[in-house]
Amino acid sequence: MIVDIGIVALKAFLVLFMVLNLAGVLGWIERKGSALIQDRIGANRASILGFAGLGLINTMVADPIKFLTKEDFIPPRGDKFLHTLAPCLALFPALVAFAVIPFGDVLQIGDRTINLQVANLNIGILYVFAMGSLGVYGIVIGAWASNNKFSLLGGVRGSAQMISYEVAMGLSVIGILMVYGTLELQEIARGQGALVGELLPESWRFMKAAVGWLPAWGIFLQPLAFLLFFTAAVAETKRVPFDLPEGESEIVAGYHVEYSGGKFLMFFAGEFAEIVTAAGLMTTLFFGGWQIPYLLRDGFHFPWGGAWLLPHLAVVLLQVGAFTLKVAFFCWLQILLRWSVPRFRYDQVMRLGWKMLLPLALLNVVVTALAIIAMQ
Amino acid sequence: MTLSLMLFYLLAALLVLSSLMVVLLRQVVHCAVALVAALFLIAILFLTLQAPMVGVLQILVYAGAIMVLFLFVIMFLNPALLEPRRGLWRGFGVLLALALGGALIALQRQDGAAPEPVAAGASFGSPESLGQSLFTDFVLPFEIASVLLLVAIVGAVVLAKREQR
Repeated sequence: MIVDIGIVALKAFLVLFMVLNLAGVLGWIERKGSALIQDRIGANRASILGFAGLGLINTMVADPIKFLTKEDFIPPRGDKFLHTLAPCLALFPALVAFAVIPFGDVLQIGDRTINLQVANLNIGILYVFAMGSLGVYGIVIGAWASNNKFSLLGGVRGSAQMISYEVAMGLSVIGILMVYGTLELQEIARGQGALVGELLPESWRFMKAAVGWLPAWGIFLQPLAFLLFFTAAVAETKRVPFDLPEGESEIVAGYHVEYSGGKFLMFFAGEFAEIVTAAGLMTTLFFGGWQIPYLLRDGFHFPWGGAWLLPHLAVVLLQVGAFTLKVAFFCWLQILLRWSVPRFRYDQVMRLGWKMLLPLALLNVVVTALAIIAMQ
Repeated sequence: MTLSLMLFYLLAALLVLSSLMVVLLRQVVHCAVALVAALFLIAILFLTLQAPMVGVLQILVYAGAIMVLFLFVIMFLNPALLEPRRGLWRGFGVLLALALGGALIALQRQDGAAPEPVAAGASFGSPESLGQSLFTDFVLPFEIASVLLLVAIVGAVVLAKREQR
């Protein structure tokens, strides 16, 4: 009993620790990346006792100290309580959403089997969407409590955008749920351990020979869904090109214009935590989660014959490592977008969401259903 | 007292508190935020009753979508500026609450000892069983509800279009 609770607490701590730290690292990567793309040297001024060598670590220490020692200003005519509550509401859903994302298969210690996932809910993905839908409150309430017209405009833009893209995002994963037949993220990750050839019916011999060796990852079975999901996820995190809620050239800084110090840090960290969660979802739904192609529980089994057996611990470490690498890659991809695409106009954002992503997602559902019927 | 019972009383106390705040707070936005908190607590209650599906849907639909629209409307219209005329409604509400409370107490008295709670099966409230019953036993009400929603959407679009001209 005590050991079970301890294991769950340890897993929860580990995941929270990783998400928060990755969010911190991303803040540094964003600056270094923007410097790289704009052909300058960035984020190299933080030094501890004249030692500037380890840029990442210095910046990660300097940044929080800077934020936490700044003046925390609350607009005198704003709502003090809600102004303080809003950053918490922005950060909380982003941090807890990762709980259902599996970061590995099972770990066997003696006769104890540990599922490498914080919470194994049978509704998995719905929980992530529920937490994502709560993310709107941080923006709306923060914007209103600031008693500033620019804030309110940013809040209105942000909430309209997030609600619109939630629809497209939810519909884009329906195809994945149909293919793997479950809402549980751990089961979806396990389903991607199969090969495409095992899913195709016997009579499709040509297809089997051509693509049968591919792992049954979401990206191969649902490529359109991935593009839709990726676009919607970027819109949900409110980053360029969907950063109209902040739009500094029109509405100063949007919903967080009246925030400074630690509270601004919370909005900032919440945004990066959302990026990490989005990357975790992309990995789990479309890129096999913790799967490495051909790596089963006892080692590698290649479709062209041959096997390379590995001890259990090595397999688990490889899988957790693969998951971490994939998540890091998708975080980097989202950061890279920021300096690659210009910001949309508001009507363009709405048109893209409702008139392009939504119909395409519906089409994807219909085509997936027809394909599943054809294969039976 | 078992751990789950303690959890229930804690949640129930918080729920009653936040529900009272919905009614009693002056600032309307605060009331709306308290209502969000109440809906969130109800969702956690569902979780403790082995019904994660209902709990998550509660958050997704009520806390995540409907209440956001409520907040939207409240922030734009700012009804705090309007003259509050709550006296009559408050009396009506108190009467209704008393009647409901009386009915609940009478019901509990009449039943005597509550029947033993039945343990839920493993598949109880799972997405599979919910989908099964929605598309077999309750397919007609389900479809009627979707037609109703469609009518509401079309109506909203028509009204919005007319406004523009």
